[in-house]
Amino acid sequence: MALLSRSRYTQEYICQIFSHCCKGPDHQTILFNHGAVQSIAHLLVSASYKVRMQALKCFSVLAFENPQVSMTLVNVSVDGELLPQIFVKMLQRDKPIEMQLTSAKCLTSMCRAGAIRTDDPCIVLKTLPCLVRMCSKERLLEERVEGAETLAYLIETDVELQRIASITDHLIVMLADYFKYPSSVSAITDIKRLDHDLKHAHELRQAAFKLYASLGANDEDIRKKIIETENMMDRIVNGLSESSIKVRLAAVRCLHSLSRSVQQLRTSFQDHAVWKPLMKVLQNAPNEILVVASSTLCNLLLEFSPSKEPILESGAIELLCSLTQSENLALRVNGIWALMNMAFQAEQKIKSDILRGLSTEQLFQLLSDSDVNVLMKTLGLLRNLLSTRPHIDHIMSTHGKQIMQAVTLILEGEHNIEVKEQTLCILANIADGTTAKELIMTNDDILQKIKYYMSHSNAKLQLAAMFCISNLIWNEEEGSQERQDKLRDMGIVDILHKLSQSSDPNLCDKAKTALQQYLA
Amino acid sequence: MSFPSCVIIFVFCLCTLVGLQITSVGRGRGGTDSLSQKLHSENKGKTTELVVQGLSLVAVQGCHGKNHKDAASVRATHPIPAACGIYYFEVKIVSKGRDGYMGIGLSAQGVNMNRLPGWDKHSYGYHGDDGHSFCSSGTGQPYGPTFTTGDVIGCCVNLINNTCFYTKNGHSLGIAFTDLPSNLYPTVGLQTPGEIVDANFGQQPFVFDIEDYMREWRAKIQSTIKRFPIGDRLGEWQAMLQNMVSSYLVHHGYCSTATAFARVTDTTIQEEQTSIKNRQRIQKLVLAGRVGEAIEATQQLYPGLLEHNPNLLFMLKCRQFVEMVNGTDSEVRCFSARSPRSQDSYPGSPSLSPRHGSSNSHIHSTGADSPTCSNGVMSTKSKQSHSKYPALSSSSSSSSSSSPSSVNYSESNSTDSTKSQQHSSTSNQETSDSEMEMEAEHYPNGVLENSSTRIMNGTYKHEEILQTDESSMEDSCPQRQLCGGNHAATERMIQFGRELQILSEQLCREYGKNTVHKKMLQDAFSLLAYSDPWNCPVGQQLDPIQREPVCAALNSAILESQNLPKQPPLMLALGQASECLRLMARVGLGSCSFARVDDYLH
Repeated sequence: MALLSRSRYTQEYICQIFSHCCKGPDHQTILFNHGAVQSIAHLLVSASYKVRMQALKCFSVLAFENPQVSMTLVNVSVDGELLPQIFVKMLQRDKPIEMQLTSAKCLTSMCRAGAIRTDDPCIVLKTLPCLVRMCSKERLLEERVEGAETLAYLIETDVELQRIASITDHLIVMLADYFKYPSSVSAITDIKRLDHDLKHAHELRQAAFKLYASLGANDEDIRKKIIETENMMDRIVNGLSESSIKVRLAAVRCLHSLSRSVQQLRTSFQDHAVWKPLMKVLQNAPNEILVVASSTLCNLLLEFSPSKEPILESGAIELLCSLTQSENLALRVNGIWALMNMAFQAEQKIKSDILRGLSTEQLFQLLSDSDVNVLMKTLGLLRNLLSTRPHIDHIMSTHGKQIMQAVTLILEGEHNIEVKEQTLCILANIADGTTAKELIMTNDDILQKIKYYMSHSNAKLQLAAMFCISNLIWNEEEGSQERQDKLRDMGIVDILHKLSQSSDPNLCDKAKTALQQYLA
Repeated sequence: MSFPSCVIIFVFCLCTLVGLQITSVGRGRGGTDSLSQKLHSENKGKTTELVVQGLSLVAVQGCHGKNHKDAASVRATHPIPAACGIYYFEVKIVSKGRDGYMGIGLSAQGVNMNRLPGWDKHSYGYHGDDGHSFCSSGTGQPYGPTFTTGDVIGCCVNLINNTCFYTKNGHSLGIAFTDLPSNLYPTVGLQTPGEIVDANFGQQPFVFDIEDYMREWRAKIQSTIKRFPIGDRLGEWQAMLQNMVSSYLVHHGYCSTATAFARVTDTTIQEEQTSIKNRQRIQKLVLAGRVGEAIEATQQLYPGLLEHNPNLLFMLKCRQFVEMVNGTDSEVRCFSARSPRSQDSYPGSPSLSPRHGSSNSHIHSTGADSPTCSNGVMSTKSKQSHSKYPALSSSSSSSSSSSPSSVNYSESNSTDSTKSQQHSSTSNQETSDSEMEMEAEHYPNGVLENSSTRIMNGTYKHEEILQTDESSMEDSCPQRQLCGGNHAATERMIQFGRELQILSEQLCREYGKNTVHKKMLQDAFSLLAYSDPWNCPVGQQLDPIQREPVCAALNSAILESQNLPKQPPLMLALGQASECLRLMARVGLGSCSFARVDDYLH
């Protein structure tokens, strides 16, 4: 660092060393703490192009996915000019491509770190178009890869940027070209070219998949445009079975992004039997692929997805159950989430299969998971399992004891409102059963808890508790008189009267309907 | 010893490249005609009536807009000139009206104006309702997003590769059309009632960063020039370049520089040393305003030359007369009591190089400084002070495009001699090395005292005169008098004038009437009609700069008589390059607007 004031060659080489050696957040922090930002900043206006370029590279490496550095850069100025302005100048179209691309990377990092707003003109009108240009056919393969990856990162979480990118310079069509390497021409005519193409083919494909994934993350129209691109689904399907992990991962990401579209799930996903290679990817894949692939599977298992059936038949339950046992949190969430989706309005057999596959032990394990997401999805699964009367009665006849235990446990534990509400909803479902009702009516402990939540300060919980009561006292059903009597003795009717005066219209209505059951 | 040579070599290498790249490089006049672009309605639509208000376009009630036949288009007053390189305009959708059936694009003359652009042959459009592009066809191709109220749609025509792309709210939408024909008009079409659009031809800032796009193309063209492949002929090229430099130095009589250059580059000089020095001496005399001595020296050193060139002799004599008025010619100077130094109005003579010789002076002024982009988006680069949007009335292309710069040029010529005096006194210091070397030289057959001539090799920038503020010079002007204020000198001058008149009549008898001569003589004699010849309508003749063409003509004649090229090859190459660029502009090769010979002359 001390040498940075020496000759321009020293400056150039030191910057080069920094940018090559700085790997990961630890290195970035070390350099940052030693004042690298200030020391290198003034080199950005050096008279020598090489020094400027290497200094710029240094910044792109220092700021990459590093909010601390990125936030600092915005306020640094050289000769009265702020760094973002200097970077924007380096984006000008007559500057060397390398310089344009690298400064676009700096600005991208700063934008993702929140240091520059996503609607800032320097992002919308400068950085984004520059990166799109880097994807064009005129650029070198390396530049196209880097451009697409950087752009994917820039627009990943912002739907407005995704929309702008999607209309800029026919980007979606332009990306289709990334799949055309090695081209048939190069194979015959030029061995050297073929070699070069082959080397970059994987990189190009994965970069294109990544960018498609970002583009289609939020907007349904963009997804449609992507899928309508020539042979798009075939390319994804092929990508899923490529040997390169990087390509497979990117292909899955792309599929995941597109799987958020209800329409596409029903049409092109089905036409191309996307589930098949996806299930294959899920076998023995590294965790990073598994996370995205299982997340995609969640979408494919939604009740309106025609892929649901074949996926079930191909042994998905077993696979998902095993995922719930993973050390990896994201995998556990995705596993149980997928099972939850799978159980929604499913037939009896599937529900039994899920319960059998998961085992009550594992179910309890998941209910005591430290992660609230896992807990919520597990409760969601239970709720989906316990729907429609015959199913409720069937499941409660086999697993009633354990489920009641689990419910008690959660209602007694320290959990947030959403978890408790979900649990009360499960109870309401159980109360809807014909025989299952008795499991509640004979459990005074549970009845007391329901009573407690009827007077809870949170309206959502009150409402959920009332659903339980309502189901228990419903007139037309057998034995309703006894249940009504028992609950009246517990003081429920008094509470209902009180609630019928409630200012909350939902609670009020529900209480009045419940009271009517007593009058009939 | 090699003081100016390294600079000169650098400059020359670059211009040579331009000169030899004749087929693919050019520059344009810059289409000034479209600066005054407006919308123009020729349309006499049956059902749709369009009202053009300045640059706004409104589809008024009465149009049904039920089908495409109800549409109507208007186009700009002028076609896009190819020589502008890149053309851009924007249209703001003020209101989409009932259905927003709007088309923005281009069309050739004679295209049916009762339809949206794009439907007919030689018509191209981008439509708002479906976002499709229409390329001379009734069926559109999916192209971009739809557009509606509040959007700003831009249309960019690249005349270098004959493509077109659109922009929406500042974002480029990608190429829409390729292989466009020339002479297209910006066109806007509307179809349903209430549709209102505003056109922007550069009178307001654009939403899209067209400047940046043009920067890219300028860089592209320039790198094409720089990377022009010369392959394994590198040695050949070097030798040729060296020859060009050498011949240039010799031509202008930079004797010692030429010798030094020849020594370093190991080349030979065709002309003999003494011959170069003789020419140099004669040139110095002319440039110092001592034309009489120059004529004498010429007659002595090159007998018969002037006798065979009566036109040249007449020109020289006319100049001599002017110099007598000026008080610089030796025939009047010998009467003067003043010291020769202060009388010498041309102490630091300009070298001829920046002017590229007299034959090239017109090239310099022909549009070399006119803006390269028609709608003025890049005229900020131009050093000229004329307005970006000169007038809203149309100025026709060829004649007027060159006028702004030539006006400036003549202004510079009319500046009085003291201005250059001032300027040269500053440059004296910068180049004092060269001056000293010149003084140390010995002329074996010198008729002339070396110390009295303070002519130097220094570089003299024509442009710098352009930039000098005229008004600030007026006061510092010393009092000048006819023939240095000496009565005997005035007598001599009048006598000389009579001799000149006789010569003119004699030439007229021998060779027939010559209007050029007549004009020259008339101008020269006119000087006597004014009490202060330096500040009169014909006063610019007294400007030392006017010696340059005379000097160049004499130098060329001498060289020709010695069977040497009368123009240095370098100048030929430069002239060729400039001419080539103008040709490119004429035949519509857009790239000419991004390659300017001036960019390579430092």
